Amino acid sequence: MKPAVNTGEYFITGDVACAEGALAAGCRFFGGYPITPATEIAEHLSLRLPKVGGTFIQMEDEIAAIAAVLGASWGGVKSMTATSGPGFSLMMENIGLGICTETPCVVVNVQRAGPSTGLPTQGAQGDMMQARWGSHGHYEIIVLAPFSPQELFYQTITAFNLSEIYRLPVLIMTDEMVGHMSEKVIIPDAKKIMTVSRCKPKGRKNRFKLYEPGPNMVAPMPAAGEGYNMHVTGLTHDTRGYPIMTVETQKQMMDRLIGKIRGNLNDIIQTESYCLDDAEIAVVSYGISARTSFAAVDEARKKGIKAGLLRLITIWPFPEDKIRELANRVKGFVTVEINLGQIHLEVQRSIGGKVPAFLVGDAGGAVIPPDRVLEVLEEAF
Amino acid sequence: MRPGHPLDDLLRTDRIPSIWCPGCGIGTAFSSCLTAIKESKIDPKKIVMVSGIGCSGRAAGYVKLDSFHTTHGRAIPFATGLKLARPDLTVIVFSGDGDLFAIGGNHFIHAARRNVDITVICVNNFNYGMTGGQAAATTPTMAKTPTTPFGNPETPFNLPLMAYASGAVYVARWTILHSRDITESINESLAKTGFSFVEVLSPCPVNYGRRNKEKPLDTLKIYKDKTIIKNGAHPTQADLDYEKGIILGKFIDINRPTFGERYEKICRQDKPQ
Repeated sequence: MKPAVNTGEYFITGDVACAEGALAAGCRFFGGYPITPATEIAEHLSLRLPKVGGTFIQMEDEIAAIAAVLGASWGGVKSMTATSGPGFSLMMENIGLGICTETPCVVVNVQRAGPSTGLPTQGAQGDMMQARWGSHGHYEIIVLAPFSPQELFYQTITAFNLSEIYRLPVLIMTDEMVGHMSEKVIIPDAKKIMTVSRCKPKGRKNRFKLYEPGPNMVAPMPAAGEGYNMHVTGLTHDTRGYPIMTVETQKQMMDRLIGKIRGNLNDIIQTESYCLDDAEIAVVSYGISARTSFAAVDEARKKGIKAGLLRLITIWPFPEDKIRELANRVKGFVTVEINLGQIHLEVQRSIGGKVPAFLVGDAGGAVIPPDRVLEVLEEAF
Repeated sequence: MRPGHPLDDLLRTDRIPSIWCPGCGIGTAFSSCLTAIKESKIDPKKIVMVSGIGCSGRAAGYVKLDSFHTTHGRAIPFATGLKLARPDLTVIVFSGDGDLFAIGGNHFIHAARRNVDITVICVNNFNYGMTGGQAAATTPTMAKTPTTPFGNPETPFNLPLMAYASGAVYVARWTILHSRDITESINESLAKTGFSFVEVLSPCPVNYGRRNKEKPLDTLKIYKDKTIIKNGAHPTQADLDYEKGIILGKFIDINRPTFGERYEKICRQDKPQ
């Protein structure tokens, strides 16, 4: 068998870095379906997975891909799929099944411009609200948005770790630009990569309850074939996993599903602050648009404008405390994203009207140039 | 305490009674399946049942095995992922005709084509029982349902033919009057390596029979009088035509490499064999 961690220094695309990150995280099952601009993740894993004891399967559509990923996860294997807008839409129902049945897995969306078939080869950040609310019903989710191939490598590992700790599908919302750009990526020694696996149940099997939460509000998870006779259902279920069609059980289940995320925000949320200490204007951005924003902040500083950048690595749960804290000390916010105002709405909500907030957005298909951000920084405040 | 049942060790007895209506055939198909599991001598710890949505989809909730009640139509791809991740497990998909052949039809043909090593049991009651008896991809032409109030203008699938054409290595059909044959076929399916398919014709007196002038016993009489057991019959003869008689039996029992076997040889080995 070949090593799963390809230690070394490479010049590779974000998509390939993502695939290597998955392998380093311990992913041993990929179910996918070809779609631009995410296909290279599947292609790379079709080459690598069988040689490290894993399985790659190209399913008949994205619905089947995510269903197979959930099935493999219950087999006790870390699993992933990768797609883009149209496929992401098709996966929504089963992402909900993953949430409801508390199934760890990772779903990568290399975003392209929509709606519908849109611009298949050109990037955007238009699926950010779909990532939050795309499956029906109310739920909490974890969504990451890396801004470089190197970070895509690391955040794919983080995504697996978070999915294993909190038992839910974790979404990586990257974009065509990051997915297709080639940059230096360093893959460290396997010993230096921290990976986490789901907590396994202990104690007597006949007393085991599938959804009895542990200390971090998450229930330990057995794999199929271990003799727990577990029943897993997308119906509203009690701590035994049995379907119970009552308002009370619905509330108890929802409290568990939502509580395990809201109760661990500090361990989940990651952001990066750049020049924010003395900033008068806070730029908020993520993914490829964060790179635009770094350049804009640097240019603004040269012109004497005290701008800083809050780069969101975790998009959901939304780092609203961080925004709220900034709102007490800056004159205003500028959100930069390749859509017409999605995370911008969350920024506005978190500010609560204390200071003005502007959007530098775009319909999609291209990177927002730093000049457009700079213009707003110069003129709006 | 109710007296024990020989299949109790395979049942979540704390979830009985089931939701299935009086006169429904799913229970018979289900107990034939449990009998087969018991007779197979496979360690129950190593058997999993995956269901979709619908009346038959509730089977996963009553069986005392690792059991998965998934989304509508997606039992087969879920089972595919589980089986590929854990080849040591015996994976049974137990679901209904609407789930497996309308919303999930695409997955059925592809799992059969790949020859994924799972056993698919379809309880075919010709309608969507759970939602009140609407027309399915298996509803006979002219049958009345709440969504075909003038009679069904569509043609139903011939399920054994579809399974065969898609690549299944084992195909059988019985009615719930043939419970021992169902058990035998499921037993053979569990022992078989590859994609096996067992169709079980089953009455739905409450939703289907009532609207089509079939009293519960009438349906069973049809199963008795208008069926012909013809093992080895070509699946093209298996269309559901009451006039010429419904063919039952084991139609296909062949061998070809599974997805898992081929993946091992072609993809995992350093030099493809």
